[in-house]
Amino acid sequence: MTKCTEDNKPIMVGDRTIPPPDARYITISIMGQPYEVPETLTILKAMEFVGYQFKRGCGCRGGICGACGTFYRIEGEHTLQTGLACQTVVEPGMILAQIPFFPSNRASELDLETKMPADQQIATMYPEIFRCVGCGTCTRTCPMDIDVMGYIAHFKRGDIMGGAEKSFDCIMCGLCAARCPANISQFNVAMTARRIASARLTPKSEVTTARAEQVRAGRYEPMLAELCEMSADDLKKLYVEREREPDLAKPGEWMPEDQTHL
Amino acid sequence: MSEGYTPEMLDQIKKVEESRPQRLSESRAGKAFPAMSMDARDVVLNAYHPDYTEEGRRALGIGPNKDEVYPEELVDLLESRSMLEAVNPDLSTPDYETDVLVIGGGGGGSAAALSAAGEGLDVILATKLRHGDSNTVMAEGGIQGADQEPDSPYFHYLDVIGGGHFTNERSLVAAMTNDAPLIIEWLESLGMMFDKHPDGRMKARHGGGTSRKRMHSAGDMTGAEIMRVLRDETRNRKDKIKILEFSPAVELLMDENGRCSGAVLNNMETGAYYTVKAKTTVIATGGTGRLHYRGFACTNHYGATGDGLVMAYRAGAKLGYMDSVQYHPTGTAYPEQNVGLLVTEKVRGLGGQLLNIDGEQFVFPLEPRDVESAAIIRECVGNGKGVKTPTGRLGVWLDSPLIDELHGPGTVQRELPAKYIQFKRFGIDIAKVPMLVYPTLHYQNGGIAINDQSESTIPGLYAAGETTGGVHGHNRLMGNSLLDILVFGRRAGQSAAKAIADGAEAGAASLDHLAEYGKALSDAGLDRGAVSPMILPNYATDEIRSRRWDVKSPTV
Repeated sequence: MTKCTEDNKPIMVGDRTIPPPDARYITISIMGQPYEVPETLTILKAMEFVGYQFKRGCGCRGGICGACGTFYRIEGEHTLQTGLACQTVVEPGMILAQIPFFPSNRASELDLETKMPADQQIATMYPEIFRCVGCGTCTRTCPMDIDVMGYIAHFKRGDIMGGAEKSFDCIMCGLCAARCPANISQFNVAMTARRIASARLTPKSEVTTARAEQVRAGRYEPMLAELCEMSADDLKKLYVEREREPDLAKPGEWMPEDQTHL
Repeated sequence: MSEGYTPEMLDQIKKVEESRPQRLSESRAGKAFPAMSMDARDVVLNAYHPDYTEEGRRALGIGPNKDEVYPEELVDLLESRSMLEAVNPDLSTPDYETDVLVIGGGGGGSAAALSAAGEGLDVILATKLRHGDSNTVMAEGGIQGADQEPDSPYFHYLDVIGGGHFTNERSLVAAMTNDAPLIIEWLESLGMMFDKHPDGRMKARHGGGTSRKRMHSAGDMTGAEIMRVLRDETRNRKDKIKILEFSPAVELLMDENGRCSGAVLNNMETGAYYTVKAKTTVIATGGTGRLHYRGFACTNHYGATGDGLVMAYRAGAKLGYMDSVQYHPTGTAYPEQNVGLLVTEKVRGLGGQLLNIDGEQFVFPLEPRDVESAAIIRECVGNGKGVKTPTGRLGVWLDSPLIDELHGPGTVQRELPAKYIQFKRFGIDIAKVPMLVYPTLHYQNGGIAINDQSESTIPGLYAAGETTGGVHGHNRLMGNSLLDILVFGRRAGQSAAKAIADGAEAGAASLDHLAEYGKALSDAGLDRGAVSPMILPNYATDEIRSRRWDVKSPTV
């Protein structure tokens, strides 16, 4: 990122942390070992700042991949807290440990062609959901603020679609499973449920299927071959003159004047 | 909730709020800020796009692409020796044998593995980090596919090649746009949770540079959803696909006929090396954002260090388009913790507008990405109309609250859930206040040269996804990278199956090409004692580096 000085000359820093001269430092504890770090850093960047080079426990660095789930307590407080290392800012007295992997149960086979009702399919693959004691620890643990216990309750009630939608933001970090007293691997149940809900309980996109059949029949190959052979000027002309579908056009209503290439 | 902004910034946001009613009524009337002419695009690109300036680049001194001018950080990696050059390991007995070795566990590698397994082949998928750790998971806004009535692969082709300034490999564009509807159908069949209308029709939107609405999405985590579905499906194919995590390939094995015959893997946790003998090998190692060209921050995954490029180049594969890098127009400029992270183009697809410090529009929101990026840099650096953050970064406003005004309350939270959470963590409600953005290093347009069957210039070696170059020319449109990886990943798997059906076999494994490359490097006077591939980025401070007394940096 371009970091600009007063005269707009950029200072290029990549992803390395170069704290400003007036940065305030706080003490955090990484797996029991105290370190001084600049106070505005995320846990991930604080660990790199003190010299960690991650193999595990670091992925997208943007809160979407689930690699950097972290448990922490603040010294003197009894509450166990969770966060993603890449998204959680360090606090004074933070005592942390990353959980880059946690053993989980994933039912081995997912059959999307089965005739079994979807709710039964989930109940058969993951019977342990009925052992949920409703403690809500999973929900309090989730770094994505997902109502984990809530979606498990949907599955128990047979509402696969509801639970699938509720779990959509899951990044499969596994922290819920790490804390579940009923030994449920919630994130794997949700993964299965989302696939079942989408493939079995949602109507197919008919226009997509129709178009895919046209592609398989080879309909577009001659048109594309024609474009591949065309002179650059002719191609540019076609590009500049192409019609643009209006932003607010309703699906399937607007049609272009040139319909010979559909 | 807007306490994440400083009082000064909240004051500046008032300008955005003042101009919003007028902009809203114009948007409702279908009146947009005018798009640039082709000439105007050239002017802003030449003056402000980092790819168009001389600084930070030099000519490569070795190999099939000798004398081409690339970013220095990449040239450094390519002008380095192999970590296995002087080792002479016993390669006579492979540790693994397989039909297909897939190197890389993102979307492209997973698609290749699934397609090869679908053809009845045995597959080993070796990946540096976890299966799924990739730029795929970070692609937010969507995947293109011409499946709607007013659209077709023909128009998709035109958009791709125009967006790429007519520099694309045309046969690759044809392959990608032709297969796109098949990919959407495939993902649907696997149980991907697409954004759909109640009757099952895919929701389709515009993206930058599209003539038709063909952007398909799953919230604003389209790539993450694709990846978790593909990974889950791969786990269903344990009979055919063996996954080796934390095991990056570090060099390719070559046989006596100049054919690729597998690779050497390194178990990063134990340090042990293993050899894989494979009839066919697919490289799908992704991009190079973590090389931080010119010191830019990036939107990329931690693993995006271009390992596949390095090992393929050392083995003699030709690269293409490596001079071309994509800067995403809207990287986060504030808060500091999120700097560089992607703000999906979907924000602008939904009607979000870019505004300068005076709350005025200065660019059509959906220009091709390079043009949009250059226009933002011009507004900030050239016109001095950027907003300065407390740490001295520059940015322009992206008016996300306008989306709720246009499409109804709750739209931002529903359509951009991941982005909403990411900013909410730092006290910024993007449904209520705008985001501050600036271009960020995003995508490698170039890479290993392939043909429309995903074949590289080395027999037995295939490549797919961001590690390849050509399909996007010198500029990629949004929604075509998720498509690219899946199209060419699947084609790689199918090509491998075809080759094996035609009798492809791996000969005796050798690493002789490493010594040859090292000698050529020395002979050219380019040996700086550096070793590559990089494998892991190194973000240690100078202080820490100076205290690692025994460590000579393992990479350049």
